[in-house]
Amino acid sequence: MQVRVLVRLKPGVLDPQGRAVHHALEGLGFAGVEDVRVGRLIELDVADGTDHDTLKAMCEKLLANTVIESFTIETGAAG
Amino acid sequence: MAFRAAVITFPGSNCDRDMATALEAVSGQPAIRVWHGDADLPERLDLIALPGGFSYGDYLRSGAMAATSPIMRAVIAAADRGVPVLGVCNGFQVLTEARLLPGALLRNAGQRFVCRTVSLTVCNTDTLFTAGFSAGETIRIPVAHHDGNYFADADTLDRLEGEGRVAFRYAEACNGSARDIAGVLSANGRVLGMMPHPERAIEPAAVPALGGADGRRLFANILASLANA
Repeated sequence: MQVRVLVRLKPGVLDPQGRAVHHALEGLGFAGVEDVRVGRLIELDVADGTDHDTLKAMCEKLLANTVIESFTIETGAAG
Repeated sequence: MAFRAAVITFPGSNCDRDMATALEAVSGQPAIRVWHGDADLPERLDLIALPGGFSYGDYLRSGAMAATSPIMRAVIAAADRGVPVLGVCNGFQVLTEARLLPGALLRNAGQRFVCRTVSLTVCNTDTLFTAGFSAGETIRIPVAHHDGNYFADADTLDRLEGEGRVAFRYAEACNGSARDIAGVLSANGRVLGMMPHPERAIEPAAVPALGGADGRRLFANILASLANA
């Protein structure tokens, strides 16, 4: 089973990396970029039937640091 | 006093030897070197030191992988029993990832690696790490980090300040840390995480080019506090 975990910095947590990318986009001449936040996509291949609570525990214990990050779990066919 | 300190080495630690050298220079006793894959710590430890470096190449988040290593279960158990723990730089990151200390260390606000000697204000002198400093004293300790920007939510920051758990603040702009926090204590005051490197400032005389002597005082404080306990 394919699982995609999207980890994002929580709102209000400073993202210097996103800001640098924002400036770089402007430097390349792309106008109208209001904000950039950089997150992380983690793709897992887990045993069929792995329950949501187990995936959530993986996120809370390791994949995300919930002090600074939020996460969303997407399950479904390989895309 | 036979001072027994352990220095943990993770894959990618690079200040472990410096930490061991500092502990030996100040205590006269060789530090016990412990590998991250070990399940157990030596017995009767007076201090556990988590050194700086880039454990596991900073994969996922700085300190995140090291926090899951076998030895950290033993470190958490020892901390729960009241064994003093000092985490420096990456060691501080590991302590937050292991939830022994609150908050997290984000990328420096200026995006750049910061490597220089900075001034710190000593905020709490009622701890085994800081007992020999004067309240409000400014000390000089080197920093060298990319992810040293301390973050915690406002409630947590208020609580840390209210409980005297901010050990050190940057006396000058450094990395964007919330409320200029450079070092944080656990609720019982026996776990200290700090981004600056006291082990890089251990020359007996104050030699600025070698980092000065203020780091040595921090280690001396630990010895003196334990001897007086």
